[in-house]
Amino acid sequence: MRHGTLALFITLVVLAAFVASCSTSADTLILATTTSTADSGMLDDILPQFEEEAGIKVKVLAVGTGEALELGKRGDADVVLVHDRKREDEFMSEGFGVIRKDVMYNDFVLVGPADDPAGTSEATGAVGAFARIADAGGEERASFVSRGDSSGTHFKEKGIWALAGTEPDGGWYKSTGQGMGETLIVAHELGAYTLADRGTYLALAERLELVVLVENDELLFNSYGVMAVSAKRFPDVNLDLAERLIEFLVHPDTQRRIGEFGTEEFGQPLFHPNAVP
Amino acid sequence: MGQCYRLAGVTKSYKGRQVCDVPSLEIDEGSFLAIMGPNGAGKSTLLRMLALVEQPDTGKLSFQANTLLPGGKIPLELRRRVTMVFQRPVFTTGTVEDAVGYGLRLRGEKHVVARTQDMLEALGIAHLVRAKVSTLSAGEAQRAALARAMLVEPDVLLLDEPTTSLDPDNVVLVEHLLRGLHTDKGKTMVLVTQSESQAKRLATQAAFMLDGSLVESEPVFDESKEHKPR
Amino acid sequence: MSLWTALTESLRLLTSGDAEVLRIVLLSLAVSGAALVISSAFAIPFGLWLAFRRFWWKRTIMAFLYTGVGLPPVLVGLVVYLMLSRSGPLGWLGWLYTPEAMVLAQIVISFPIIASLTMAAVMSVDSSLRSQVLSLGASDVQAGLAVLKEAKVGVVIALVAGFGSVISEVGAVMMVGGNLKGSTQVLTTAIVQFTRMGQFEHALALGLVLLSITFMVALMWLTLQGRRLED
Repeated sequence: MRHGTLALFITLVVLAAFVASCSTSADTLILATTTSTADSGMLDDILPQFEEEAGIKVKVLAVGTGEALELGKRGDADVVLVHDRKREDEFMSEGFGVIRKDVMYNDFVLVGPADDPAGTSEATGAVGAFARIADAGGEERASFVSRGDSSGTHFKEKGIWALAGTEPDGGWYKSTGQGMGETLIVAHELGAYTLADRGTYLALAERLELVVLVENDELLFNSYGVMAVSAKRFPDVNLDLAERLIEFLVHPDTQRRIGEFGTEEFGQPLFHPNAVP
Repeated sequence: MGQCYRLAGVTKSYKGRQVCDVPSLEIDEGSFLAIMGPNGAGKSTLLRMLALVEQPDTGKLSFQANTLLPGGKIPLELRRRVTMVFQRPVFTTGTVEDAVGYGLRLRGEKHVVARTQDMLEALGIAHLVRAKVSTLSAGEAQRAALARAMLVEPDVLLLDEPTTSLDPDNVVLVEHLLRGLHTDKGKTMVLVTQSESQAKRLATQAAFMLDGSLVESEPVFDESKEHKPR
Repeated sequence: MSLWTALTESLRLLTSGDAEVLRIVLLSLAVSGAALVISSAFAIPFGLWLAFRRFWWKRTIMAFLYTGVGLPPVLVGLVVYLMLSRSGPLGWLGWLYTPEAMVLAQIVISFPIIASLTMAAVMSVDSSLRSQVLSLGASDVQAGLAVLKEAKVGVVIALVAGFGSVISEVGAVMMVGGNLKGSTQVLTTAIVQFTRMGQFEHALALGLVLLSITFMVALMWLTLQGRRLED
C-alpha cells in the first residue's frame, strides 16, 4: 500500500467510527436500574413499545443499586428504578427525586445444590434455612455465595442473616462483589447456596445445577420503585420524558404485560405489578 | 603433520545466490594459509565455515579428522579449538577489559584480569583497559579483537583482514605476534588479506578466490626469508 | 466528590495498614508478578528463538503472535473460565475462582507481548554478534545470553509492557477469579466493585494506590536497564 492510500484508509476508518458514535441525542432518556432488573429481560420486553409510542430512545444503564442511586444523585441519569424502599425514601427526602411511584414487586428464592447438604428444605422458612446453612458452613459441609455489593439483594440477604442471629463469616461464606448473574454462576461452579431474585435465576436456570429450595416466605418479597430525578438540581435532566416513562410504567396495560412477562417461558410470572392507579 | 582442514565440494548460498564454492581445499596443521581476492569474493564466508560457525550447504568439511556434514551438529569442543577475528570486530558492551576477557570467561578460566592485562600490553593498548568499547578507534578495536582471540589460545586462528585499519608501526607489531604464534606455538593460521606482500611475509600457502570460487592454492616461496614449510 | 478527597483517602489507605487493602495489594502483586515470571521464562527464549530462526512458516507464527498482543483480556478470561469450569475439560484442576486461575489467564495475556517485544529487541542487535560470540567458543545458550545482554534495554521494555498488560487488566481476573472478598479480590476488580456500589471516592483511592504501585515497579525496571540506557 502506498503512503497516500494508507492515509486515506486510516482517515476513513476514523471517520466511520466517529459517525457511528454520533447518535441523535435529541430525545434520549437515561434509565439507571439494577443489574438484576436488567438481566431478567423484562425491560427489553416492554420498553420498545414505549420507545415507539413516545418517539424516545431509552438508554438503560444496568449497574448496582448503589451506583444507580449515585448516578441519580449526580444527574447522570433521568430516571432511577431500584428495589430498596429505605434508600429510595432517602433519595426523595434529600431532594434528588421529584416523583416516586411503586411499579411491581418480585421475590427472592434461596437456591442451592440439589443434594442440599445443609438440609434447608426441611427448614420452616428463609430464616431457618439460613441458620442451617451457617451451621453446615461451620462444619464445612456447605458454602454460601453473597453478592456482597450493597445491592438490594445483598441488603435483603443481610437482613435475613440478622434475623437468624448470625454474622456470616469464615471460608464457607464467599462474597463476589458482583451482579446476580455472576454470583449465580459462582454458586453453580462451587456447588454453593445463594439468595437470588427469581427473575435472574429463571433466566439462567437451564445452565445452572442449582434448584429452588426455599420460596414464598413473606420475607423474600421485594418491591420496586421508580423515581424521576429532580430538574431543579440538574437542569439538564429530561424531566418531561422521565414523567412520560413513569406514566407508561404504571399504566394498566403495561402493568398487565409486566405480570405476564416470563409466564410463557418459565410457566410463572417473574414480577407482580403493584402500581397504585 | 596431520591435516587440519579438508574441504570437498563445499558450497554456501544465501537467498538462492551461491556466494562460496570450494571444490577442494586442504590445510595442513601448523601451516599458514593466506586467502586473497577482490572484495565480495566469498572469503569471509569461507572463513566462517572454517570457524565452524556456519555450515556448508553441500559437500564435506573435515576438521582435525572429524567429518562434519551439512545439517549435522557441531560439537562445542571442536568449535572451541578455532577462533576467528572478524573484519569488523563486534564486542560485548562494557569496558575493554570485560570485552577482551570474554572468551576466557566463556570457558570458565581463571586469572582472567591478569591475563587480559598482559595481552593488552602485548598489543600496545594496555592504557585502554578501562575504556568503553564504544569509544575505540578502528585500529584500537582491531587490536582488541586480536587480543581477545589470542587469549583463548585456539589450535586454529582465523583472521579476516586484521591489519587494514592499523598504522604501519602497529602492522609490524601485529605481524610479529602472528608470526610468533605460527612458528613458536605451531598454530594453524588462516589469513584473509588484500596485501600480497603481507601474504609473502607470513604465509606458507596461498589461495585465491574469485567470484566466490576458490581457484588456486599453492605454497608460498619467498627466497628472502629463511622459511621451512613444516 | 473531589479529586483531593480521593487523594487523601488513597494516602490514608496506603499508610494506615488496613488489612483488607494490604491483602488486595499483595494479591495483585503476587498474581501479576507470578504471571510475569512464568510467562517470561517461556516468552523470552521464544522471542530469542524467533529472532534467529528462518523457516517458511515463521510469518504465520508472527501473525498469531501479533494477534495475541491485541487479545482482549476479557476474551482470554472467558476462554480460561470455560476450560476451568466444572463442565470444562480442566475442571478437575479445581482452579476456578482461585489465584491459580488468575495467574494462568494473565500468563496467556502477557506471553505474546513479551515474546514479540523480545524478538524485536534481539533483532535490533548487531547480527554479527552471534557469530562472533560463537566463534569465540560460546555454546548456543551462552550465545543466546550474550545477545540478550546486548538487547537488555529492549528486553526490559518487553517485561515492562508485559507487566503493565496484566497489573491493570480486569476482564480476565474478574471472570476466572470471581472477585471473592478475602481470596481473589485484586485492585482492579475492587475498583470495579466500588464503582458499581456507587462508592466513587473509594474506587478512585484504590485506583491511585494501583498507580503508585505501578510507578514504584517502573523505578525498578529502570534500575534493571542500568546505565546501558545512557550508553
